Amino acid sequence: MFESIGRKACKAANSAYEIFAFTGEAFAAALWTFFHPHRFRFGDAALAFEKAAAGGLGISTGIGFLLGLILAFQSAAALQMFGVEVYVADMLAIALFRELGPIITAIILAGRSGSAFAAEIGTMKVDEELDALTTMGLEPVRFLVMPRVLAAIVAMPLLTVFGELAGLAGGAVVLKLMDVPTVVFWSHVCSASGVFMIAFGLAKSALFGLLVGLIGCGAGMKTKSTADGVGAAATSAVVGAIVAIAVSDGILAVVCYVWGI
Amino acid sequence: MDTAKDIIVLDKVVAGYPGNPVLEDVTFSVKEGEIFILLGGSGCGKTTVMKHMIGLNPVLAGKLTVDGLEWRRKTRAGLFAKIGVMYQSGALFGSMTCMENVMLPMDEFSRLRRGERVEKAMSLLGDVGLADAADKLPGEISGGMKKRVAIARAMALDAKIIFLDEPSAGLDPITSNALDDLILALRENKGKTFVVVTHELPSIFKIADRCAMFDKARRRMIALGRPQELAAKSTDPFIASFFKRGTTNV
Repeated sequence: MFESIGRKACKAANSAYEIFAFTGEAFAAALWTFFHPHRFRFGDAALAFEKAAAGGLGISTGIGFLLGLILAFQSAAALQMFGVEVYVADMLAIALFRELGPIITAIILAGRSGSAFAAEIGTMKVDEELDALTTMGLEPVRFLVMPRVLAAIVAMPLLTVFGELAGLAGGAVVLKLMDVPTVVFWSHVCSASGVFMIAFGLAKSALFGLLVGLIGCGAGMKTKSTADGVGAAATSAVVGAIVAIAVSDGILAVVCYVWGI
Repeated sequence: MDTAKDIIVLDKVVAGYPGNPVLEDVTFSVKEGEIFILLGGSGCGKTTVMKHMIGLNPVLAGKLTVDGLEWRRKTRAGLFAKIGVMYQSGALFGSMTCMENVMLPMDEFSRLRRGERVEKAMSLLGDVGLADAADKLPGEISGGMKKRVAIARAMALDAKIIFLDEPSAGLDPITSNALDDLILALRENKGKTFVVVTHELPSIFKIADRCAMFDKARRRMIALGRPQELAAKSTDPFIASFFKRGTTNV
């Protein structure tokens, strides 16, 4: 039993070391890129952005619309008993802009793009392309990870905006069915939300994009050259990203509570 | 060849991975302009030795020098400029055309203008007989062609030493023979030094100047010299049985 605990502890310590080492390497590559912007592979970043943003737009807005619709239906039923169903708009605005918009979009991005990053880089590793980059004097982290992470950071807030707007549209449809005029719905949305709230939500989504990009690429870089290596890397990217999103959102919620934001 | 200078020197190298030494006391040198083969059965450590030579993994002990510079973390960048590597799968980037793959090292490190880089890439593709495949993606060409594009890419920065990992693996005998001819032609015309990892005996007898042979069971280098001499004169049963099939094929 002690041997098993010791082995697991060593494995956990090794994983933690690898995560810290990769994060440090990515940070160093980001700094290098900042001082050498002409060496950044903008073409690769644009391609990754197109795949993440344009490819994910349909599902983000679709899920956002359904989420707004369901939330509005569920809450309107209760609020209607008190004749205040119009406040569904306030609730939707706060829920979507502060929490649900960024978090749902991040989970979608983790499932679509995080796994794709891991699979792409993992396949390259199995095919010795990472070794080829290294022996050409090109750092794989700078060459492959930076463009994808930047694409995820930029794509996330954009997808979040579309998801949130679609969610509000879903809510507006429900309230319209309950004879609440759309103009009243939007005026409640505007009064309940503010620039800071929206900006905070978008900043949070950019952070989630960073986590999805880093974890996806990190999982790809650690891919083992076995039959199920790439599949395992994609799974680990999605699970790791979702856990990281939930944990960081929890930490932010506590920080906001303490600071009274 | 005997008077040529040593361009790669391994001195009492212990090859392997941390906590897992594979070969011990590996000592040999590769001469400039030579085609040198790392030879042995599957899993004997020949690719591991090559990975040390190309700077992917540090040696566990001993000294490894490439063109007068010892492999260290600090000297890696300078030494990478002296070598080019063709990996077993070719390791071409699937999203780039053959031309872009060959241009990649030049895009990153060369001071040439774009037009000059394109011209040089075309010339390199011409050297390996693939000028007409410049605009094709790696997925659209055969395994043998991928390897030839990878050789062109390995030469893009005028590396002195070209490493080839299992160039004949997965190729039919005719394509494999054509690749051997290409290696001989590039050595002749460009004066490159080649270090080749393989266990394909017909290729070894055709292209090798010298070879180093490793044995998994004894965990060391067991022979060094010209393959024809080793095949004819060695009294070691492992070496004799290794070459037996090859000599009948020559």
